[in-house]
Amino acid sequence: MRLEKDHDRCIGAGQCVRTDPRIFDQDDDGLVKVLIERPRGADEAAAHKAVFICPAKALSLAED
Amino acid sequence: MTNTDIDETSELVSFPIQRTCPFAIPPVYTKFREEAPVSQVVLPDGGKAWLVTKYEDVRAVMSNPKLSSDRRKKEFPVVVPGQNAALAKHAPFMIILDGAEHSAARRPVISEFSVRRVAAMKPRIQEIVDHFIDEMLKLPRPVDLNQVFSLPVPSLVVSEILGMPYEGHEYFMELAEVLLRRTTDEQGRIDISVQLRAYMDKLVEEKIANPGDDLLSRQIELQRRNGGIDRPQLASLCLLVLLAGHETTANMINLGVFSMLTRPELLAQIKADPANTPKAVDELLRFYTIPDFGAHRLAMDDVEIGGVLIRKGEAVIASTFAANRDPAVFDDPEELDFSRDSRHHVAFGYGPHQCLGQNLGRVELQVVFDTLLRRLPDLRLAVPAEELNFKSDALVYGLYELPVTW
Repeated sequence: MRLEKDHDRCIGAGQCVRTDPRIFDQDDDGLVKVLIERPRGADEAAAHKAVFICPAKALSLAED
Repeated sequence: MTNTDIDETSELVSFPIQRTCPFAIPPVYTKFREEAPVSQVVLPDGGKAWLVTKYEDVRAVMSNPKLSSDRRKKEFPVVVPGQNAALAKHAPFMIILDGAEHSAARRPVISEFSVRRVAAMKPRIQEIVDHFIDEMLKLPRPVDLNQVFSLPVPSLVVSEILGMPYEGHEYFMELAEVLLRRTTDEQGRIDISVQLRAYMDKLVEEKIANPGDDLLSRQIELQRRNGGIDRPQLASLCLLVLLAGHETTANMINLGVFSMLTRPELLAQIKADPANTPKAVDELLRFYTIPDFGAHRLAMDDVEIGGVLIRKGEAVIASTFAANRDPAVFDDPEELDFSRDSRHHVAFGYGPHQCLGQNLGRVELQVVFDTLLRRLPDLRLAVPAEELNFKSDALVYGLYELPVTW
C-alpha cells in the first residue's frame, strides 16, 4: 500500500497529523507531508483512518 | 383531486428545529434519519430546502463541489433574517466562497493554525487560563463562569493571535452576541454588521501603520509582497477569526463544565489522567454539535444525495447535529461517553470548509478542562441544573450563564 497526497485538495485541517504524527506532518504552508509512504501493520490502520477522516479527500491509499 | 403546493407545504416540518432537552437530539431529527433521511422542510421565509440527516449523506453534501456555499446567490436559502443583507456589508468571508476563490482566501491563513503552530501556543494558553482562574478566585462567590472565565479565555487567545488590543473585547463581544442571537431582526443584524465592519477597518489601518508579530500583520505583509493590500478582505478575515474563535469555544467550555459537574463519573475520568482529556473534548464536540443550524448549500447542478435527486437551484441543509447522533456511525450515540473515539465527528464541519481553527479550539478546551477542574476540585453548580438557561434560540448552542461556586 502506498499513501498518496493531493496538495491541490489539502485544506490544512491537520486531521492526518492528529491521527498519527509519525506518518504525517504539515509543511511551512500548513499542507500535508507524508513521512511514511508505505505504511505497514499498525501504521497501515492509522493511514486508513487518516484517509477516512481527511475532510478534503486529499489522502488516498493506492495498491502497489 | 388536485395536489397543490399549499397542501404539500402545510405538512412539511419547519426548520430550524429547536432543542428542547439539553442532552437529547430533537426526536424529529431521529424520525427523519430513520424514515426519510433526505426530506423537504420549510424555512422561515416560506422557501423549501432538503434536510439531510445521515452521517454519510451529510459528509457527501459538505464535500460535493456542485453544492455551493455562496450566500451572495439570490436563491440561497435564508434561515436567519437579514443574514444576506448583513453579509453584503463585508467583503466575502471565506466560508461563503466556493472552489478556487475559497482556496485563494484560505490558503494564506492555514499555516497560522497548523498542529505545530497551535502546539507552540499551548504554554501561553495555559498562562491565560491560569490568569483568569486567579482573577476568578478573588471574586465573591458564586460567579457566572461564562462572564468571568469562559468568554474571557478564548477572547484573549484570539485577540493575541490577531494582534488586536484586548481593551476592545467587551465592545466586540456585546456586538457579536446580538449578531448571533436568532431573534435579532433584519435591521438589527445590518446595524451590527456596519459597526463591526467599521471596527475591523480601523484595526486593519492601525496594523498597517504599526505591524507586530501576529496573524494580521503577517497577512498584510504577504499581500503587500503579492502586489497590494486588500483592506476589506483583511477586515472580513479578522471578523471571521474573532466571531468563530470566541463564542464557540466559550459555549463548549460552559457545556463541558456543566456536563462534568452534573455527571460525576465524567469528571472522575478527566481528573484520573490528563491523557483522557483529548478524547473527552472530541466527544463533547460530537455530543453537543453547537452550530446546529446546519450547513446550507445551493445546488448548482442536479445532484444525487442518499438516493434522492436534488435539482439545480434547490437548497440543501446538512444537519451536522443529526449526523453526529447517527447510530450507524456512533454506538449508542445519545450517550456522552468520554472513553469512545469520536474524532470522525462533523462538529467542525466536513469538506473544504472544515473549521480552520479546530486544533486551536481543541487545545483551548483541553487546557481549560484540565486546569479548571484540577485547581478547583470543589467546583459545583450554584443553582439547580433545571434552572440553567440554554441557548436554544441562538445560532450557536450553549448556556447564557453558568453560575458556579467552590
